[in-house]
Amino acid sequence: MGLENQIFESLPDVVTVKLDAVVNWARKSSLWPATFGLACCAIEMMNTVSARNDLSRFGAETFRASPRQADVMIVSGRVSRKMAPVLRRIYDQMPEPKWVISMGACATSGGVFDNYAIVQGVDKVVPVDVYVPGCPPRPEMLVHAITMLQEKIMKESLRDRLDTNESESRESTVPGTLPVTEGTSLERETEIEVARREVSQPYTVPSRHERRRSS
Amino acid sequence: MTEKLHKYVDALKNHNPEWVAEVIDALGEVTIFVPRNSIVDVCLFLKNEHKFDMLADLCGCDRGPEEEPRFEVNYHLFSTSHYNRLRLKVLLSEEDPVVSTVTGVWKTANWHERETYDLLGIIFEGHPDLRRILLPSDFDGHALRKDYPLRGYEPYSMN
Repeated sequence: MGLENQIFESLPDVVTVKLDAVVNWARKSSLWPATFGLACCAIEMMNTVSARNDLSRFGAETFRASPRQADVMIVSGRVSRKMAPVLRRIYDQMPEPKWVISMGACATSGGVFDNYAIVQGVDKVVPVDVYVPGCPPRPEMLVHAITMLQEKIMKESLRDRLDTNESESRESTVPGTLPVTEGTSLERETEIEVARREVSQPYTVPSRHERRRSS
Repeated sequence: MTEKLHKYVDALKNHNPEWVAEVIDALGEVTIFVPRNSIVDVCLFLKNEHKFDMLADLCGCDRGPEEEPRFEVNYHLFSTSHYNRLRLKVLLSEEDPVVSTVTGVWKTANWHERETYDLLGIIFEGHPDLRRILLPSDFDGHALRKDYPLRGYEPYSMN
């Protein structure tokens, strides 16, 4: 007798839509961000999910501590060169479909940290979908970025987001993490010598949709 | 104010006059310049005979590429029984920035020396595990040297 009964009665039994539209609608309605707070922007990110700004209105309130359960990585803060391989590894661990929001001036361009220690823009490491300016951005701006990302998702096709089984993406090597060393450095080659000897590699191989984007 | 500290300087001089190259007394602190090859002996002497049982800090310093000697290593000693502080200083040239490790005297010197090696490229001979501690292991150069470019070298500067 309620409203929904009247709506259902007015609808036909079968509705045909494009598969893309349904899947994209489902994807954009429950974007689960990965917790990746790096600096002060993370405080604003936490505020975004709190009661006042209430990111759950847009289905993105469930911050997952595991990248394997997350859809969107919000890089909130400056990425140091030592953190970059870790960030890339976490991005690689996220299942497709996945998106990245670069939050704040530091994640987007290095910000005021124009030095050897900070990666000058997280897009050097992972593909970024939405950039949010600000230092730090207000929670409203992050909410706006989420809604912009949702609009972007609605324009995608299913084919863009096939998960890749290619072996190279599974065996990506990440330099700079947890070096296992034996003996003193005077006995063995210094790490710089080892790094010079090995062929310089990018942080990892690009994932499938990333390669298509660049081509 | 620093008379009590000069007691240790005199003790060092009496034990071996070659240990003390120069003494600076300023701002209520006493700094002793120690020759490079006797730093471990001086540290052992001060720790065992004069109860400087704590290495409060060990840090390097780059005076600049035009200076000679270019590098210095500072040892900040503290005693938890008589609460006196003493600073030892070793000067190192740019061509041969090598000094013996004091990890055998104070174990806490391990990470401090790794940091000094990491940022300034000073080699601590005899260190059990001298590798980078703060910067990434594939980092090129030593970041706190005065002639190190602010944005680093390619390709890691990523500009």
